[in-house]
Amino acid sequence: MAVSASRPRTAGRRDRGSTRRRQRASLFTRATTGVVIALALLWLFPIAWALDTSVKSENDTIIVPATWAISHFTFSAYSGVFSASDLGRWYLNSAIVSIVVTVLTVITASMAGYALSRRQFRFKGLVYAAILAGIMIPPQALIVPLFREFQSVHLINTYWALILPQVPAPIAVFIFKKFFDGVPITLEQAAEVDGANWWVSYRRIALPLARPAIAAVSIFTFVWTWNNFLWPFLAATSQTMMTIPAGLGTVTDGVGIINALQMAEAVLGSLPLVFVFLLAQRQIVEGVAGTGLK
Amino acid sequence: MTASSAPATTMPRAATAERTRARRPRRNWGNLSLVSPFLVFYVLFLVGPLVYDVVLSFFNTSLVKGGLGSFAGFGNYTELFRDHQFWSAMWHTILFTLVSTPPLVILPLFFAIVVNRIKRGQWFFRLAFFLPYILPSAAIALVWLFIYEPGYGLIAGFFNLIGVGDPGWLSDPNVALYSIVIVTVWWTIGFNFVLYLAGLQDINPDLYEAAGLDGASQWQQTWRITIPMLGRTTTLVTVLQVIASLKIFDQIYLILQGGPNYSSRPAIEWIYDTAFTSQRVGYASAASFILFIVILIVSFIWLALVRRQESGV
Repeated sequence: MAVSASRPRTAGRRDRGSTRRRQRASLFTRATTGVVIALALLWLFPIAWALDTSVKSENDTIIVPATWAISHFTFSAYSGVFSASDLGRWYLNSAIVSIVVTVLTVITASMAGYALSRRQFRFKGLVYAAILAGIMIPPQALIVPLFREFQSVHLINTYWALILPQVPAPIAVFIFKKFFDGVPITLEQAAEVDGANWWVSYRRIALPLARPAIAAVSIFTFVWTWNNFLWPFLAATSQTMMTIPAGLGTVTDGVGIINALQMAEAVLGSLPLVFVFLLAQRQIVEGVAGTGLK
Repeated sequence: MTASSAPATTMPRAATAERTRARRPRRNWGNLSLVSPFLVFYVLFLVGPLVYDVVLSFFNTSLVKGGLGSFAGFGNYTELFRDHQFWSAMWHTILFTLVSTPPLVILPLFFAIVVNRIKRGQWFFRLAFFLPYILPSAAIALVWLFIYEPGYGLIAGFFNLIGVGDPGWLSDPNVALYSIVIVTVWWTIGFNFVLYLAGLQDINPDLYEAAGLDGASQWQQTWRITIPMLGRTTTLVTVLQVIASLKIFDQIYLILQGGPNYSSRPAIEWIYDTAFTSQRVGYASAASFILFIVILIVSFIWLALVRRQESGV
């Protein structure tokens, strides 16, 4: 696993014969690089525009034509968000839901992935085939029966409804299985000769080795769960149970000028994820690269 | 039975002999119990709802009443096949997929190839292209509603500057869906970009060296080596993109509410409206099942393509 984790950095992609190529490269390379730099800057425009607007006064936001100039710098939109909505509560809900879903997903998927990679048991082939097939089930197409299911046990608008349906991610099992397939089995064999049972093998030997896979699955599960809109939007029927995305959706239809307020809201709603991204940028990129998503 | 023994036989005998000896005494419920926590979630919240969906689709189930309601047979399905609103919603979903997939496959490929060649500051490009991907759809919707605003919006300002009027980004039924495609490309390109960057790491640099010595230009190397060698990644990106696009809901619902005048309402929003506004759960379940089948067929087509690609190499 150390191999896959460090691959993007060590890969000798920077051609050894680069000096030769560089001389010839010139125009084509420079032109395309210029275009991509320009587009990368353009890509940041919407985010910069939201940040810019969020520190304007509301009157500045409706100037025609739109201007980047800030005549009166103020954080009033930010304080306005907290007084106008349950944002604090939504943060808490999003944090609870995302963290619990991530923990449950990592535990259940790593156990299943480990068993499918290492162990023999009855119906193993069948179980693996079923899980693989599950990758193709789109949860978005199941909102109606899922809602009905939780409605019938009176759990709509509870954390149960927000958390449980987001846990089964067959792709996570697949990632863990692929990962364990690539780890040499010798350590576990040694442990089993010493009398370790299945739980010890999994918990004490396999899991600590699986750190890169755990990191990748955790980050993606966290981000996807935090951002999931449709299901929490349906399952949380009161303001106090909403997650950030579901809550932000309800504030779009306001009255009066609330442009700066809405931009502040978008910024605040995105902030935890930007934080995660900046902390885990490398793991995210390597996670995609090294976990068999290819 | 046969399925359970298959994996054992496919493994090289010598390598497994020792493992099986160590494990055989414990070939018991312990191993199955490692899988069972996941299977419980899987059955209750993925396969269960799917089966339930099929059951519901044969009944006139209502949202506000308990129980399944009266038996409908294939009534829901025959009604669906004649329902113009449903098919136009399906068409919007398919149109969105057809329009959004090419840019989301080609643009990140171009970005990744160029960025991969840049020596310093790669973090900047990853930041610029990937950052939007991790933002919540609701935040994206707020920002782009403001950007598309016809009077004081950022784009309107730019269009006025160059002397072109506002094309009705969100108000013209012929334009609105394309405005959403622009948002989607901006929002989700980062994931595909990172997949391509990862794919590029696997190309043997010797290939370029050899080509360089033979006098191949940068353009030729890109066209003859990089793009063909990325074939598998391109297929994967395309598959994932088509499936993601078929599930379009958030952006259209949050920015357009399916409007103007239902002209952009996608399949999932139709299902949502039917189940939760018209309260016809059975009917909506039948539609969900049709959408599920469509996504499944697309998945299988691409899976077959991948198989062929892999056996061909």
